[in-house]
Amino acid sequence: MTDEARKALGPILRVAGLSASIDGQQVVEQVDFEVPATGVTAVLGRNGVGKTSTLKAVLGLISRSGVVEFDGERIDSEPTHRIVQRGIGYVPEDREVFASLTVAENLRLAERGTTPHRDMVDELFPDLIARSAQRAGSLSGGQQQMLSLARVLMNDNRLLMVDEPTKGLAPRIVTEVAAALERAAAVTPVLLVEQNLPVVRRLAHTVVVIEGGRVIHAGPAAELLDDDERTQQLLGVHSTDHGAPKGDTDHGAPRGDTEHGASKGADESREETP
Amino acid sequence: MSTVLLLLITGLGLGALYFLVASGLSLIYGLMGVLNFAHGSFLTLGAFLGWEVARRMPDGSWLTFGVSILVGAVVGATVATLTELLLIRPLYLRHIEQVLVTVGLSLATVALFEGIWGVDPIYVVGPEWLNDTTDIAGALIPNDRFVLIAAAVIVLLGLVVFLKRTRYGLIIRAGVENRAMVTALGVDVRRAFTLVFAIGGAAAGIGGVLASHYFGYVSPLIGGSLLIFAFIVTVIGGLGSLTGAAIASVVVAVLQQFANFYLGGTGDFMVVALLAVVLLVKPTGLLGSKA
Amino acid sequence: MTMIRRLRTSPITPWATGGLLVALVAVLPLLDLSLPGVLPGSTYTPGTLQLLAFAMVFAALALSYHLLFGVAGLLSFGHALYFALGAYGLGIVLRDTELALVPAMAVVLMAAIAVAAALGALSLRVSGIAFAMVTLAFAQAGSVLVRRNASVTNGEEGLPLRVDNIPAELVGVLNTRNVYWLALVLLVVVFLIVAWFERSRAGHVVAATRENELRVRVLGMTPFRVKLITVVLAGGLAALVGMVYLLLQSGVTPAVTTPDFTLTLLVIVVLGGVGSRWGAVVGGLLYTLLDQRLTALARSEAIQDLPEFLRIPLSEPLFILGTLFILVVVLLPGGLAGVARRTLARADSARARAGRSLDEEATP
Ligand SMILES: Nc1ncnc2c1ncn2[C@@H]1O[C@H](COP(=O)(O)OP(=O)(O)OP(=O)(O)O)[C@@H](O)[C@H]1O
Ligand SMILES: [Mg+2]
Repeated sequence: MTDEARKALGPILRVAGLSASIDGQQVVEQVDFEVPATGVTAVLGRNGVGKTSTLKAVLGLISRSGVVEFDGERIDSEPTHRIVQRGIGYVPEDREVFASLTVAENLRLAERGTTPHRDMVDELFPDLIARSAQRAGSLSGGQQQMLSLARVLMNDNRLLMVDEPTKGLAPRIVTEVAAALERAAAVTPVLLVEQNLPVVRRLAHTVVVIEGGRVIHAGPAAELLDDDERTQQLLGVHSTDHGAPKGDTDHGAPRGDTEHGASKGADESREETP
Repeated sequence: MSTVLLLLITGLGLGALYFLVASGLSLIYGLMGVLNFAHGSFLTLGAFLGWEVARRMPDGSWLTFGVSILVGAVVGATVATLTELLLIRPLYLRHIEQVLVTVGLSLATVALFEGIWGVDPIYVVGPEWLNDTTDIAGALIPNDRFVLIAAAVIVLLGLVVFLKRTRYGLIIRAGVENRAMVTALGVDVRRAFTLVFAIGGAAAGIGGVLASHYFGYVSPLIGGSLLIFAFIVTVIGGLGSLTGAAIASVVVAVLQQFANFYLGGTGDFMVVALLAVVLLVKPTGLLGSKA
Repeated sequence: MTMIRRLRTSPITPWATGGLLVALVAVLPLLDLSLPGVLPGSTYTPGTLQLLAFAMVFAALALSYHLLFGVAGLLSFGHALYFALGAYGLGIVLRDTELALVPAMAVVLMAAIAVAAALGALSLRVSGIAFAMVTLAFAQAGSVLVRRNASVTNGEEGLPLRVDNIPAELVGVLNTRNVYWLALVLLVVVFLIVAWFERSRAGHVVAATRENELRVRVLGMTPFRVKLITVVLAGGLAALVGMVYLLLQSGVTPAVTTPDFTLTLLVIVVLGGVGSRWGAVVGGLLYTLLDQRLTALARSEAIQDLPEFLRIPLSEPLFILGTLFILVVVLLPGGLAGVARRTLARADSARARAGRSLDEEATP
């Protein structure tokens, strides 16, 4: 589809002046962007700049203010479950499958409406069906990501919001996840948070770059990624292809034990005082 | 030997009571993060209204007994549902305020019960058989213990079946683990909130009527005194874990009985000491994941 | 005009107002004021002084609870334990030893601090709601201890105060005003200690843990230690208040050991406004007076003649207070302090607006 045709359809999601806070601390500040009604829009930015928070604010998972329009209707004062029922599928960062529930139960819980596309799940993730009685907590990281995607792809959605689906996965699984997303994106627009630039290059046509809770750049994906210097400046990483295979591991595995790993560890120990 | 058996079965009976209170507390806390201080009042009201109905029926018949238990369950479920809808829901996600409201409710209702039924214990009459004993391997066990144990087992099984086999059960189990994600899948989790309140209230109401037969009386303070042990049980068992609550109920009550008998009435202290040990060794409780 | 505004915003003003208030309260026993409907009699009568002293003791206790709940965000259901420890401890030491009042108080205070440190260290292993339940359990154990060991505590009867080693000025109805002044001194001292703590480094850190424990950790401070310090300080102060309570009441009963007693404190602090020192004080005073008045009201003929469905609830002070409490939580977030703050802010902005328009008129 040409860019013109995309514009003609009007955005599926429009965000204007969106701010959000967690525990009284502002994490998203006056963010504006649009998600076209087709294709993949990627949200980029360094660690901790507020990408996840932006998605959560759209869904009402954290307290927010500003305008959020879904398919032309305001959704910014609706509770999360209503927003989702309008046809938004959310695949959170870190998968968030229900560890104590089985695979089948995870899927059953996610069923919305009367005609879940079980066949699609079967086809895309045959492995999951074989493991339907297994506790989701005992799945591998890659399998959990598949489950998290399957929970969403099973339903009819008008928008998918997918947060770092390739985080911490081996290169082969990254490819599989990307393929599944590509198929989904053929029918449903996707808002994708992704650090893995080769994946972004493969899937996205538009990018939105966030820094310090604000949008600092928005435009066609290729334009940004072709400009190595600009990419380096905005994201702090090179976009050039000579590192593509390395790119996978670079932004996949090791990220886990840098900033994110650290904050995760602190988060877990937070409940129990020594 | 017969003493040990008597203590054991009496402990199980008391544990059954604790479980009837703690199961609801634990589910409510696990799903909603609300510590329900009014849970004791659900129990007390169930006991009083169960008694009010029973005294208008033939004394000592099994039908009366059955009806009063049913009344207890219905009353408990009803007040719990009203509490959730009118007081807890408007304060959605404001956990401290929610606890405070239940504190206020418990203070106000206990005072109200005292105004209506007086502060003195009211003695209840049950079927003759409850006051008899059964000889088990030489130990003369009061029969009400068996009724308590049976009731708790039925409630436990009912809860397990409900949680495992129904859609709401699925929502509740998922919600205990990660409430936000349940809503992010498009599920209105608030309906499940009302439901756990109703279920917890029903269990407490049943517990109230049974407690009045176990102790032989009802009084406005009956709920509060059981509630404290139920709190201890939920912490020891692990907040949010039904199985943990069941195990801890039995452990706490049996320990209490044995310590009361063999260690000169120190049951309550041993229970608190057990709590201290559990906190030192495993702050999340036996089967809990969050502290 | 500007003068008033400057006064209002100056940091000294609240303290000056406080000092003035204290002075006023201090001279009350020398005056003959009556507030029918609020106080049972004129301000110099022992009955009124006793009630006011009681209210101040409660306010001081509420301040110590404010440290836990308002400052550190620790929801404790076991604070009564330390109060009871102070009252019973002092009662027992005075009865069984020949220590004079002050050394006896020092001994009991040490004991309370030790107990607070031990139980605090244990219960702080959990947080949030679990902390609430655990503190409740410990307090309950204390309550059982008091009731069961009648040989030491005199059980349900309550422990009377043995006055042999107490200064004569603090004994007897005629000396009520001395005890009243003692209660006032207690309230002021507790207030100052709490204010000082809130300004100290530990106070700032513990307030920060309430907001965001993670951030405190990241800054390299251990939330556990500052929380423990807060728990110990609050426990110690509560014990001190308990001792004055014993002197004031000439005894102590197991009622002060019950969980309901702690819940009362919670009600007071929330009523006054969580996080506000003045709120805790005002809440404590108000609660005591209200409780006393409502009890008197319950016995009044006006109520006794009402039909049953009104008479029963209205003759239970705790029912009314509990309902009031629920209403405050649901409808008045921030309690009385919140209301005061909002009113002041509104008055301020109104005045600012009026002032501006005046200025504009003045400058052509
Ligand atoms: N629960 C929380 N409490 C306090 N601060 C939080 C919380 N969750 C997120 N934040 C803060 O909000 C900011 C934005 O976080 P967010 O998760 O949205 O970043 P992100 O862009 O998704 O980062 P990443 O690429 O690492 O996933 C960060 O500074 C983070 O520390
Ligand atoms: Mg993120």
